[in-house]
Amino acid sequence: MSVTGERLQPTIFELGRHGRGGGKIPHPPADALERIPADARRAVPAALPELNEADVVRHYVNLSQLNYAVDTGFYPLGSCTMKFNPKLNEWAARLPGFADLHPLAPDEVAQGTLQLLWELERALAEISGMRAVTLQPAAGAQGELTGILMIRAHHRARGEGARDEVLVPDSSHGTNPATASMAGYRTITIPSAADGGVDIDAFRAALGPRTAAVMITNPSTLGLFEARIGELLEAVHAAGALAYMDGANLNAILGHFKPGEAGFDVMHFNVHKTFSTPHGGGGPGAGPVGVGDTLLPYLPEPRVLRGDDGSFHLERTGERSTSIGRLRSFVGNTGVLIRAYAYIRAHGASGLREVSDDAVLAANYLKHRLSGTYDIPYDRACKHEFVASAATIKKQTGVRTLDIAKRLIDYGYHPPTIYFPLIVDEGMLIEPTETESVETLDAFADALIAIAAETTTTPELVTGAPHSAPVRRLDEATAARQPNLRWRPMSGAETPCPD
Amino acid sequence: MPYGPHTADDRERMLGALGLTSVDQLFEDIPVALRASRLDLPDPEPELELAARLTGLAARNRTDLASFLGAGVYRHWSPPAVDQLLLRGEWYTAYTPYQPEVSQGTLQSIYEYESLLAELVDLDVVSASHYDGATATAEAALMTCRATRRERVLISRGVHPHYRETTRTYFEGGLDLEEIPLVADGEAAGTTDLAALERMLAEPGRPVAGVIAAQPDFCGLLEPMPEIGRLAHAAGALFVAVVEPVSLAVLAPPGAYGADIAAGEGQPLGIAPQYGGPYLGILAATDALVRQIPGRLVGLTSDLDGKRAFVMTMRAREQDIRRDKAASNICTNQALLALAAAIYLATVGPHGLRDVAALGAARAAELEAALAAVGVDRLHRGPYLNEFVIRVPAARAVHRRLLDAGVLAGLVLADAEPDDPSLAEGLLVCATEVTTSDEIARFARAIGAILGAPVAEVAR
Repeated sequence: MSVTGERLQPTIFELGRHGRGGGKIPHPPADALERIPADARRAVPAALPELNEADVVRHYVNLSQLNYAVDTGFYPLGSCTMKFNPKLNEWAARLPGFADLHPLAPDEVAQGTLQLLWELERALAEISGMRAVTLQPAAGAQGELTGILMIRAHHRARGEGARDEVLVPDSSHGTNPATASMAGYRTITIPSAADGGVDIDAFRAALGPRTAAVMITNPSTLGLFEARIGELLEAVHAAGALAYMDGANLNAILGHFKPGEAGFDVMHFNVHKTFSTPHGGGGPGAGPVGVGDTLLPYLPEPRVLRGDDGSFHLERTGERSTSIGRLRSFVGNTGVLIRAYAYIRAHGASGLREVSDDAVLAANYLKHRLSGTYDIPYDRACKHEFVASAATIKKQTGVRTLDIAKRLIDYGYHPPTIYFPLIVDEGMLIEPTETESVETLDAFADALIAIAAETTTTPELVTGAPHSAPVRRLDEATAARQPNLRWRPMSGAETPCPD
Repeated sequence: MPYGPHTADDRERMLGALGLTSVDQLFEDIPVALRASRLDLPDPEPELELAARLTGLAARNRTDLASFLGAGVYRHWSPPAVDQLLLRGEWYTAYTPYQPEVSQGTLQSIYEYESLLAELVDLDVVSASHYDGATATAEAALMTCRATRRERVLISRGVHPHYRETTRTYFEGGLDLEEIPLVADGEAAGTTDLAALERMLAEPGRPVAGVIAAQPDFCGLLEPMPEIGRLAHAAGALFVAVVEPVSLAVLAPPGAYGADIAAGEGQPLGIAPQYGGPYLGILAATDALVRQIPGRLVGLTSDLDGKRAFVMTMRAREQDIRRDKAASNICTNQALLALAAAIYLATVGPHGLRDVAALGAARAAELEAALAAVGVDRLHRGPYLNEFVIRVPAARAVHRRLLDAGVLAGLVLADAEPDDPSLAEGLLVCATEVTTSDEIARFARAIGAILGAPVAEVAR
């Protein structure tokens, strides 16, 4: 398709023509709605576009081709673990026995899915060293909220409801402080130590009778394992607080480190990262949460349980009075969880450990290839991702990390995460994952090295990038100042011919 | 490892470049005392065997029943075009469109989703998706508190019990949620009690941020939405309508009766039931609330050459920018399901959607008549669209017996609403365009036979 001219692709509204479409649904009897009171009925029809199926298909195929995706190329987006999404898992989730099952179907009708969910809970508990797992949270951020609400319930049950602070390091994901606020807590941000790790002394100084929880990402968002995590956990517990682990970076430590064994009280999993469920252009995900003994009574409802006869059932509403309640409708994002289950089964214990081995090896290899060209602010063994920086390049040439990221698009790559974590100047967080070949890693390193050279030889090529993408850089300021968030179609005969 | 590319040579080459002999050296920063115990999981399973295991598990579910179960999740015909388009890797293996130059497909599709849903709900601002109807409702409730700087929200007992429970959980942070009772008897039985609402709104010194009601309500009844909205607004509160999107092809949309916010479950728009998700949380609001709405927004803009393009916008509401001051902690959302809903709407079109809603209503009327013919009547008298409650003595036992006859007779309300004695004998049943006359006849025959038998036999 052509990507020149005033626009890439008409909107679905511009494609519509009055009188097109149909043939999908039988027509209802003429009196079908007569028993509905007139004042409850819609007076003005919704101005939805009318299209035939071929137009719809071409529209969405053409739009899809404007996207970069794991299936089209290397996607080293740090913190997001954009690994290959196995196709078996898409097939499995669509099996009619899974896909057509109603979430309120009686337990005896749902034994296959309930067994799968129960086995998945056990597998995640084993991987994390936790006592039990809930599959209910719909995403990592909701997993965080689940964990923090359980911590709140724990403190209240002990008469310590006055604890109202959550401590997070300054390198944390934005969801951590946002979650603390949603749960009614105040966030205290603790600066990182010079080596990029948590500053144990600063944490000790901030811990106290008002501390409810500490939220830690390990490995950190810099891709570094928190070597002093044992000391930190001891200090947290000595202060009567609990320790939450953000599991976003679990891909680095499968089979090497179990947060529950190390002393974390609760953690969430991002199955769309570690267990390869596809990210869908923003979602869906699932954010299962594992807990140790302390928080076990507070798990949200309903839990998936196995009876003495080996059959499975869902807990009934209100069955466990200590539960924090329900975080969403029904049992969870089951379709996503089926994919995660298939992934874990395909790998087994040895395969999961190999995932982390290879992810960490690839990240260290790529870091090695780039050191000497880019700044490596924390130059020690990283885990599954690392931060490089263009601070020196910027000082010498004025070209920024943003420009380098955009230039990568011209070389055929998705840019890494940039300017996160916030504590690194001109940072780019690079996560190759375990599913990229050494040829891909080399080619990507070559591209970044070539771009570094361009920043002195042809800097305008970099600062004007991308040149080969469907569009150039966008006017984001106007979009925010004068928001246009909806197409204004005109109905029926008023619709002008757009071409 | 099943999906990894590295050969032994590749690993050796990378290790060699790093001056290492074993990958274990890269994990030496994990203190010895904290290293994991052995991972006790089964061995890797080859794809062929795993496929057989998954097929076997799926086959243990029964999806062959004639189902009249709705209660927030509905069976509909989803044209195969929807799922085939969704299976393009460019859609489902992309991340959040943080790099707009290489994400115009996702960005334009979200903008179109926002626009299509804005038409349906008749409100201007639609977020790019929440987790499901329950969390969208909870976020709507939180919005009303932020916008009015009040801390008390009233939610009708006619709202889905899972939505009420979820909102209660989200209010644990220190906000106050109270339930508005339903009318006990008469023509309006089962709908929101307007007199009680008026009293609750008038309680001195207890200002209300928002009033939440559902159309249709959990039991399928049509609510007096304009009146609820008027009462809410007269007290300075915002009005939240919980809606079912397919019904909006034929029922008055939230914008038409003055709702400030609409929330709802988008699953009926082409998304499979799949035992609970992933679904689509719909959240929409008037322009006046644009800076309060949580979740991603995509707007229209242009690139440096003036070419039309789309971009995530008004990001200062979001957690990665505002951290503890963000409107919500939401990050991952349900973008792929928003895409599914948009493709569904584009494929069935406005007339098709109206036919889906109207045919469901016709099938439901057929169901009501068939059940009445065997002596099974509705519990309520008010109008409904395509879902209603029937009164059945020993409802749980009858429901169980019907399963043996291959009929999933809706939802046992004694389980779903155990605190409401008026629903103790209720079964919530629905019909949609996929319900057949044969299924309806089977249901009526089977329940007639069970209820015609001696009472002791039924309760057995």
